[in-house]
Amino acid sequence: MKNRARILAYPYIVWMIIFIVVPLLLVLFYSVTEGNINDPSSLSFSLKSYTRVFDIMYLNVIWKSFKLAIISTLFCLILGYPVALIISTVKARYKNIVLMFFLVPIWMNFLLRTYAWMSILSPNGFINRLLTFLGLPPLQIMPGQTAVILGMIYNFLPFMVLPIYTVLSKIDKSVLEAAMDLGANKIVTFIKVILPLTVPGIISGITMVFMPAVSTFVISQLLGGGKELLIGNLIEQQFTVQRDWHFGSALSIILMIMILISMAIMSKVEKDDGNGGAPIW
Amino acid sequence: MVKFLKRFYLTLIFIFLYAPILVLIVFSFNESKSRGYWGGFTLKWYVELFRDRDILKALYYTFLVALLSSIISTVIGTFSAIGIHNMGLFTKKMALNINYLPVLNPDIVTGIALMTLFVSLNMRLGFMTMLISHTVFNIPYVILSVLPKLKQMDKNMTEAALDLGATPSYALRKVIIPQIMPGVITGALIAFTLSIDDFVISFFTTGSGVTNLSILVYSMAKRGVKPSINALTTLMLLTVVILLLLINKRTTKGDELIP
Amino acid sequence: MSKKIIELVNVTKRFNGVTAVNNINLYIRENEFVTLLGPSGCGKTTTLRMIGGFEDPDEGDIFFDGVRINDVPPYKRNINTVFQRYALFTHMNVYENIAFGLRIKKVPKDEIDRRIKRMLKLVDLEGFENRHVDSLSGGQQQRVAIARALVNEPKVLLLDEPLGALDLKLRKEMQIELMDMQKNVGITFIYVTHDQEEALTMSDTVVVMNNGVIQQVGTPVDIYNEPVNRFVADFIGESNIIEGVMIEDFVVEFSGRKFKCLDKGFSHNEPVDIVIRPEDIDITEPEKGLIQGVVTSVVFKGVHYEMLVEGGGFEYMIQSTDMAPVGANVGLTFNPEDIHVMKRGS
Repeated sequence: MKNRARILAYPYIVWMIIFIVVPLLLVLFYSVTEGNINDPSSLSFSLKSYTRVFDIMYLNVIWKSFKLAIISTLFCLILGYPVALIISTVKARYKNIVLMFFLVPIWMNFLLRTYAWMSILSPNGFINRLLTFLGLPPLQIMPGQTAVILGMIYNFLPFMVLPIYTVLSKIDKSVLEAAMDLGANKIVTFIKVILPLTVPGIISGITMVFMPAVSTFVISQLLGGGKELLIGNLIEQQFTVQRDWHFGSALSIILMIMILISMAIMSKVEKDDGNGGAPIW
Repeated sequence: MVKFLKRFYLTLIFIFLYAPILVLIVFSFNESKSRGYWGGFTLKWYVELFRDRDILKALYYTFLVALLSSIISTVIGTFSAIGIHNMGLFTKKMALNINYLPVLNPDIVTGIALMTLFVSLNMRLGFMTMLISHTVFNIPYVILSVLPKLKQMDKNMTEAALDLGATPSYALRKVIIPQIMPGVITGALIAFTLSIDDFVISFFTTGSGVTNLSILVYSMAKRGVKPSINALTTLMLLTVVILLLLINKRTTKGDELIP
Repeated sequence: MSKKIIELVNVTKRFNGVTAVNNINLYIRENEFVTLLGPSGCGKTTTLRMIGGFEDPDEGDIFFDGVRINDVPPYKRNINTVFQRYALFTHMNVYENIAFGLRIKKVPKDEIDRRIKRMLKLVDLEGFENRHVDSLSGGQQQRVAIARALVNEPKVLLLDEPLGALDLKLRKEMQIELMDMQKNVGITFIYVTHDQEEALTMSDTVVVMNNGVIQQVGTPVDIYNEPVNRFVADFIGESNIIEGVMIEDFVVEFSGRKFKCLDKGFSHNEPVDIVIRPEDIDITEPEKGLIQGVVTSVVFKGVHYEMLVEGGGFEYMIQSTDMAPVGANVGLTFNPEDIHVMKRGS
């Protein structure tokens, strides 16, 4: 009977091959060829796209993407962990409401949220108007790296808080009581019991923040004014303006590999595996 | 004292989260277009919102694609999850690994990969390609929601149904699906939410004038903004808050009914 | 002699290279309470599941009422199962659970009502129709599971360790109830358990299994008194199993001397295993005993004392209402009919 149930998945397997595997193979293919993509006969094998990446200019872009993503992730972790802690200690009656209001921004459109920051940070934006009003010199935050980082933190903070909170809320109260029973005060309990137990949540959170942060192009485009080029922007340009699909594909493959390596490192750190599910809330 | 610090910190974070949105809301009532001056209270941007063809069209497509793709992906995803659940160890692992690629890959890679596929097949970028793309990244999330419910289900329950005379399809309808329904609904909701919010994948896989809300805001943000977007932000916030309040009420009330 | 309702011929089942059921041959008579008994992993549940249709034999045939059913799916077999953890449909109430099989057979509604009422009475759950399954206790859920199976009037009912999750007192009550039910309803019960006491209490026939092989088939009395090998002797009840030598018919040697016994048919001086039940050994003065020894442990069990006595190169277990303290020198006595000789096993 099990065998018969399996066939329910076969159509999807075909779908996956067509829409997941083949596209990636195509990207891989384009990354190792050169020539006119509209004329398949003109394509020839070449690793030129990959060697181009090693140009210092592009390496800088990759480095900057990593740098900004790591900074944002760190900030999200430092700012977000306490949030998760505090919410988990809120009285049960209010917990749902607090959590709910914390989630409202996520449910609002991602573009709108980024655009909202533009209003505040731009040279004519809210902050500068306020400063001018108070007689203070205006700040040149946007466009710039700081604005991009702020935008990343703003957008991704809830994604760090949620997994940590989920793990925190599942901790058996009696474990904490046992710790205190054995002589640990609140700080020691936190460091020796709570923190280690929340590591899976932290790993989830880091994954859910770092990945979109390193590959974004919207945030860097809108808040960086087109001057802060990240990998995402670079790739986007190849496919829209530059029309160099080979180089764009190579960059994409490299991005994919970088992410896969980061995730492999993450899962090594975690070691303990869930059942058949990706590490999502 | 500690309590005060906790509340203070939490309030700061909330201010940080809501400030930009609140600024937009305030300026949605601003007579003046500028983000600096207050020109007086007005509702005209709201009126313009409902007259603006571009915005309405974007909203239309956003909801249409989200609705369709979440329905399609829920159906395909649920049945596929059941199929995968019954696979042998090796095939199951392979299938799941490929299935989760759209989840693990950054949006931009999935987006350009799909675009590459469509272009290679000489398909015109437009509604169909956007719909297909949304379905592609929605199905894994449905499977992600449904599989744990399948695992949790008592294996004997399906066998009990067969034992009592049910054919496999009867058992599927009357026993398996009711049991996994919470996972199915969660999956559908996640799919819907992701679709509504999607930008990157839609950006690369649409064309022919088919657009969605995110793409619209993006192009406006690059050019210069229409204040009616502020009005849209306000309405969106309102909708989201009301929805979440309703859901919250349902789950707390339903707690007695659901063991 | 009632007919054979189920027959397994040369049935083998393997999982991932491990042979769970190894070439067994078994028949089950109509209207009997048959128990498959053995330790975890002995193949009893796999055998049951093959009869129910949830596993296919790798080799061999299964016959139901003379008809080969290897390829018949579970929903077409006139057999119903009570699962170990009940497997009740948690999204339905008691009535709907029990009605499930009847609805499939398109039984008319008033007939369904009638049968369910009768069933609930049988399992002592009258009035529980609209109760939600999750609100029931373990024992109640168990009875709903039984009702759900029996209401379909199968010819054979399979029960897979159904009482395992219940507390001791409830388990003993349910054992009696199940026996009564089987007699009242008049169908064949095939019961699986690892609890030998349960098997001895409830069954007409016991099938002892180990490592996928049937060790012995017989009535509870036979299995208990005449185990055919060391495994059965050890598994059923407490036993003293001593290695010895069969000198000739009716004479066996162990613990340093010869004893008169009732067994015959072994070759001269054949190495054998001897079984003596603890309750058959009596404690007496050392001079009056067949074997002399020293008491090494005494445990009061309420119903009797359980003592360990070292003597004759063996540690004998004795269950008796008489008691001798630790360290005392005692003599052990038993009768020839209490000595049971078996072929030497591995």
